[in-house]
Amino acid sequence: MSTVVVIDDDPHVRRFLRATLTGHGHLVFEATSVAEGIAAISEHRPGIVLLDLGLPDGDGLAVLRAVRTDSKVPVIVLSARGQEGDKVAALDSGADDYLTKPFGTGELMARIRVALRHATEAGGEPSDDVIEVGPVRIDQPRHEVTVSGAVVHLTPIEFKILVALARQPGRVLTHRQLVRAVWGATSTEQSHTLRVHVAALRRKIEVNAARPRWLVTEAGVGYRMRDGSH
Amino acid sequence: MSERERDSDRPDPDALLAQVKAEEVRAARARLKIYFGASPGVGKTYTMLEAARRAVAEGIDVVVGIVETHGRSETAALVEGLSLLPRRVIDHRGVKLEELDVDAALARRPALILVDELAHSNAPGSRHVKRWQDVIDLLESGIDVWSTLNVQHVESLGDVIQQITGVKVRETVPDAVLERADELELVDLPPDELLERMNEGKVYVPDQIARATQNFFQRGNLLALRELALRRTAERVDVDVLAYRREHGIDTTWPTRERILVCVGPSPGSERLLRATKRMAEGLHAPWGAATVELSGAAPMGSKDADRLEAHLRLTEQLGGDVIRLRGARVADALLAYARDHNVTRIVAGKPTHARWRDRLRGSLLDDLIRGSGPIEVHVIAPTEAGPPRPAAQSLGEARGAWPYVWAITAIGVVTGLGMGVADYVTLADITMLYLIAIMVASLTGRGPSLVAASLAVAAFDFCFVPPRFTFAVSDVRHLLTFAVMFACGLVISTLTGRLRRAEQEAIQRERRTAALLAFTREVASAVDETEVAVVAARHLEDGLDAAAGVLVPDGDGGLMPAAGLMALAGQDETVARWAFEHRKTAGHGTETLPGARVLAIPLVDGEVAVGVIALQRRKDAPAFVAYQIHLLDALARQTTLALGRVRFATQAKDAALRARTEELRSSLLSAVSHDLRTPLAVITGAATSLRDDGDRLPPETRAELLDSIVDDARRLERVLANLLQLTRVETGMKPTREWVPAEELIGAALTRLEAAIGDRPVAVEVAPDLMMWIDPVLFEQVVINLLENALKHAAPPLTVRVVREGDRVAIEIADRGRGLPSPPVRLFEKFVRASTAPGVGLGLAVVRAIVVAHGGEVSAEDRPGGGAVFRAIIPAGGPITSISSPTHVEVRV
Repeated sequence: MSTVVVIDDDPHVRRFLRATLTGHGHLVFEATSVAEGIAAISEHRPGIVLLDLGLPDGDGLAVLRAVRTDSKVPVIVLSARGQEGDKVAALDSGADDYLTKPFGTGELMARIRVALRHATEAGGEPSDDVIEVGPVRIDQPRHEVTVSGAVVHLTPIEFKILVALARQPGRVLTHRQLVRAVWGATSTEQSHTLRVHVAALRRKIEVNAARPRWLVTEAGVGYRMRDGSH
Repeated sequence: MSERERDSDRPDPDALLAQVKAEEVRAARARLKIYFGASPGVGKTYTMLEAARRAVAEGIDVVVGIVETHGRSETAALVEGLSLLPRRVIDHRGVKLEELDVDAALARRPALILVDELAHSNAPGSRHVKRWQDVIDLLESGIDVWSTLNVQHVESLGDVIQQITGVKVRETVPDAVLERADELELVDLPPDELLERMNEGKVYVPDQIARATQNFFQRGNLLALRELALRRTAERVDVDVLAYRREHGIDTTWPTRERILVCVGPSPGSERLLRATKRMAEGLHAPWGAATVELSGAAPMGSKDADRLEAHLRLTEQLGGDVIRLRGARVADALLAYARDHNVTRIVAGKPTHARWRDRLRGSLLDDLIRGSGPIEVHVIAPTEAGPPRPAAQSLGEARGAWPYVWAITAIGVVTGLGMGVADYVTLADITMLYLIAIMVASLTGRGPSLVAASLAVAAFDFCFVPPRFTFAVSDVRHLLTFAVMFACGLVISTLTGRLRRAEQEAIQRERRTAALLAFTREVASAVDETEVAVVAARHLEDGLDAAAGVLVPDGDGGLMPAAGLMALAGQDETVARWAFEHRKTAGHGTETLPGARVLAIPLVDGEVAVGVIALQRRKDAPAFVAYQIHLLDALARQTTLALGRVRFATQAKDAALRARTEELRSSLLSAVSHDLRTPLAVITGAATSLRDDGDRLPPETRAELLDSIVDDARRLERVLANLLQLTRVETGMKPTREWVPAEELIGAALTRLEAAIGDRPVAVEVAPDLMMWIDPVLFEQVVINLLENALKHAAPPLTVRVVREGDRVAIEIADRGRGLPSPPVRLFEKFVRASTAPGVGLGLAVVRAIVVAHGGEVSAEDRPGGGAVFRAIIPAGGPITSISSPTHVEVRV
């Protein structure tokens, strides 16, 4: 149960979202432009924001930047396929996740659930000593990873990648976000280096690396650890 | 009357056609009327204004462009009440000059404009040098013009007038303008009355004539001028009568067509030749041309001579003659060859002004002409005055400074010293030989040093060796012959050397020009668009002409845009270029139009259409173009025109092909859309409405089925749209954003996206774990997805996905065990081609091909041994992976 602000200029999309979200017990406020969106967020203090990137009076990124100055409210960006660059820009500017139109109700609710959970956890634990996603169990203090109970040996880089992704299961991390998490904020590592390490990591934790179940690729955007609870 | 005879009475069809055309042109073009008079004061302006008032009364939109009343109240009264165009005020060195404002006139667009004093010279800084050029502009933009003109200002009569009055008239109007006039109205006043009016102070006398008033306004002069004006008008009437006769099929009295050629050079007398020829041509109603002959092997002309020659050729154009540039070893031969080729009936040449001995030595042009002319008449005309003697051709020695003289003197000194040493042992003849050698050596450097050497040699030889020695006295006459031989030897050798050297220089120049042209032609042939042509042209123009050059091409909106060149065109330069472009005439620096401009603009005219403009800007102190530069400019301009024309055609053809393809795509898209997009929409609409309307009454299984079909067909719609979008993007030239991606990740991502569609059908993946691909990950994921979807839709499992490296290429194969490729074969990778009746628009494989091709690869499909088909996409491997760090390396850094 939470308050959702939907910012989209298309009335049909808003109608569908309102119906679906209200049906799932959320309180929905609507906005149709950048200005209205910013006002609605500061007025209603929502638990989550659904933001369309193509708004009539400007770029949805403008809303994102305005909101991020003083709020950590989770923002899920709605965009179309073929706009991978926009998605990456939104994620790097502080969006929590994205949904590619058209999307189904199940996918929408799952993303909202993940975003809300991360929001409530935020501020807590990196101190979470043990992370479990599906069959993968990570014991951080001991640098130990087991898959279905069997110990696998990871290089330090692979370990860092796995931790970054597994700490926020279900959430997509862009290449840049991962590179920063692993090599530091000033790193100039290129994304293909990251890809090579992810491929190696997959071979260690996936049953079939060519058909990954847990560590999935979002083409042109980044990687996502599937949410084990989903 | 026989058939034939009747035929000959009919107007000649060609003549009729010409007549009709001329009438059409006349109807379309604006009319020029000239009030023509014998001298100032006869009342031309007055008559014109009276007529203008009548025209206004008839409701014609008349504007006074410029009319000088010279303070006369009767004239001023006539101007009163007419619409006046504001004059353009030009500040020239502190003096305010008022001129006709052509731009304002063009903007105002009256039906008729009055422009007084056609021969007037405009103030510096005006659009044109001469007012008559302004008038031509006005006429060309469709405005009727009335103007006034005195007979002494007619170009071809200039020298006759000078003979009569002793006044050299500088403000002249080309005869072509007079011929362009649709109407010539003679304003006549008998000289006695004119003189009376003058005495009453009613006649304004222009400045330049004021100085010579006493001469000019003598009764005899006025009578002669009046006769000239009357005759000129009568000639004009003659032409009109002739036209009338031709129009009405009356047999003309001009059975053979005359054609006149006049031979001109830099000599000032040529001007008179031109005018005389013009008058002769007019009398004969014959076309005429002026020829100049460039001698091969001759010394290049001095810049003053070249300027004068060009001025004569310009005058030719103004007088309405053709300019003919010839080349040859001998003037007479070149002229006669041209004359015979072009059916010239008369050749006009000037009387020789040089001494007779020159003819004896070199042969006489006139003699040669007359001997070789055969049926061609040769007219010899005397120049009015002996021009200044042609400056002697610069000797090459002079051009190269004082050194050759020093050498000449040294050589004679050395020989003299040597002679002194051996004088007692050898004969005088041997010493002569020594001197001859020294003269020969000195002669090689030019005529000046050769003469110096010969003189010195004679003096030294006489003084030091000829008895009595050490005096200049000569005891034996034989020695005088020796002196003469020394001089002759020097002259002959230096002349030969000079000629040889000039021929060599000329050959070098010609060779250079040919090479430049060849290089240009070769380069411009590979240019694919206007800009490339322009860039090449500008560079070659700059190299060959030692000037900043630019090329402008039409911008598609009727304007001009610079396509290439180092020069930034500003303000006036652009006006010059535009004028040249619109009027298809050369304009700007050194020409008659906008001569004050910094640039020279040469229009590139292809047939009737201007396809561009060349703009040249020379250094301030640059000398006039020499002949070879003019030739080069001419040739480059012609080649550029051709190249621009070719490129334009190519572009048009390409555009047409593109349009045709777009059209084809659009029509197939329309048919695809009408069927394949509507079908799923129909399903969705149907299922959704039945759920909404009858949902409660339907059994749960039916409801579930309807919901499924809504979801499925929505997905189908999305796939079609995604493919269309992808295809459009790639085909409209979107470049792939390439990165190094592990093949395993690529296949994995595609399989993840298709998880639901694949379900539990077996898919085998064979990928080398360390294989990297140089691809756009987003686009290429679509390739794999589409190939897999194609296999899932049309074929039976098991599916096999293989990625293998083959030499310097990487192949992705999707193999199935279905029925194999359709038979007969269809072009699977074409748009809107469907292999079976399975639903879909047939875009999936077209997208695959488009993306793979964008990656520099290719696609293929073939039957698989053992049943089924295999689809392959092969792309270049992309060379070695750069800047990738191995995992071990990274570990070290952590």
